[in-house]
Amino acid sequence: MKSSAGTYESSDCLITTTKNDTLEIIIESIVFEQFGDQIKKVILNTLEEHNILTIKVECFDKGALDYTIKSRLETALKRGGYIE
Amino acid sequence: MNQTDKKTKKIIKNFDEFFKLVNIHENKNISFHHHLRNGDYVINRVLDYYFDKNVTNINLFPSSIFPKYTKILSLIKNKQINDITTNYCNGPVAEYISNYGLPGNLIMQTHGGRARAILEGKSKIDIAYVAVPYANLQGNAIGYRGKNKCGSLGYIIPDTLKAKIVVLVTDTLVDEIIENPEIKSENVDYIIQVDAIGDNLGIVSGTTSITTNPIGVKIAKNTSSLLNELGLIKNGFSFQSGAGGISLRVTKDVKDIMINKNIKASFFSGGITKYHVEMLEEGLVDRLYDVQCFDLEAVESLNRNKKHFAISASQYANPNNKNQIIKDLDVVILGATEIDYDFNVNVTTDSHQTIIGGSGGHSDTATESKVCVIVSPLIKGRIPIIKNRVTTITTLGKNIDCFVTERGIAINPNRTDLLEKLKNTKLPIIEIEDLAKIAYKYTGIPRDIKDEEKVIGIIEDRTFEVIDKLYQKKKTT
Repeated sequence: MKSSAGTYESSDCLITTTKNDTLEIIIESIVFEQFGDQIKKVILNTLEEHNILTIKVECFDKGALDYTIKSRLETALKRGGYIE
Repeated sequence: MNQTDKKTKKIIKNFDEFFKLVNIHENKNISFHHHLRNGDYVINRVLDYYFDKNVTNINLFPSSIFPKYTKILSLIKNKQINDITTNYCNGPVAEYISNYGLPGNLIMQTHGGRARAILEGKSKIDIAYVAVPYANLQGNAIGYRGKNKCGSLGYIIPDTLKAKIVVLVTDTLVDEIIENPEIKSENVDYIIQVDAIGDNLGIVSGTTSITTNPIGVKIAKNTSSLLNELGLIKNGFSFQSGAGGISLRVTKDVKDIMINKNIKASFFSGGITKYHVEMLEEGLVDRLYDVQCFDLEAVESLNRNKKHFAISASQYANPNNKNQIIKDLDVVILGATEIDYDFNVNVTTDSHQTIIGGSGGHSDTATESKVCVIVSPLIKGRIPIIKNRVTTITTLGKNIDCFVTERGIAINPNRTDLLEKLKNTKLPIIEIEDLAKIAYKYTGIPRDIKDEEKVIGIIEDRTFEVIDKLYQKKKTT
């Protein structure tokens, strides 16, 4: 089951979540060198907030801010039926 | 070659004929202009010959390098080029040099600095290959007529005065008198006729429209309000703004203030767009000094308006030219990729050390103008524009006066006179360090990734002082 939210536009990100047996996070970002760790942290924290332990998250980022990443991820999770 | 010899122009049918007359291996310091931008056919065509004849140790002096100038890349990869001296570099050539460097150096100059270096003999050019849209049999030429017209030919004029051999390349050769030619017959040695010097569609710049992005609109409003409060918009003032969307929006807002207060400007200089031409024709400004036309409306205005002058790069910004136009410039609006706490500005590289541009007239106009205003969004694609230290210094902070963003305006603390004038203002004046903190609140603090192992080039200011170095990008493996 795949679900996504967001766009691949400047200052936004496209996040896709897929059902998975383990926790897998893939990040491609134009600012990966500067903010890669921070992007990963936001994704991990958001998943933790919703008690999701196993899932595949793909994030294609064009410089989104933390709150954008968080809301794109939460919308993808909602669309996939992981959260209400 | 003396003046009398130069009166008889050799008109040559094609490049094959030309290279029978001139030994390509003895003429390796070669220059070009970029007035045809991405529509230029001449650079690649000439460099094809240097490639095919396997000429080595070439030193290139193009006024700028655009993405379509791909033959330069072939020559670099084939190890035929030594140094490149230019004012702006963007596209595949820039990316390749950022990653691998050159056998020699990349020397980044300013428009005024390039003119000065050529006129004073620091840059020695063997052949200037000059694409001209309109030339007569005597070798007088202009840029604002012809099927591939581009407007002002300002950047190549110094080359035509000093190069050992000056070759015009044209697709429109006429048997008539050209009044006030930009390029003068007495400086020309050969004329080569070709079918087309360029492609019209690529000649005009694609960036000349006023921004409607709300952040850009806010920045422009802050800027025009700042200029207004500083009392800079007054009768007889002079102004320069580039062709960027925000700069043009500032021009529009300044225009509204001028109409409102019945103010007339003396001159606008630099790169000219249809918006500047409109203001000339509406009587809001007396003269346009044009070193580069950004759109077709500007090109046609040069042909039509007596007070729209095509000027050379030396007249524009050569610091040793007593009559340089920008000496009288009151206000210039410029952009930035990065700015730092000392107000140094970078428009040469991005934050990943990839070369994306260069000074052009940035440092020239920032240095000479009475007030230099940098306009930029505070954050671009999560990268805060303010840094501890810019990746590359294009223009020294001592020449930068104001930095306007959507969330506040920072004034260089050295400009106590400006700060004094603004002490009762309602404008959001803020110290640059505090402005940076606002940005970091949204973005987080970016990790510093600059690599300083291998020098690939230098930033040479118009003073000839080397103000920074360019470093090879870190290998991403």
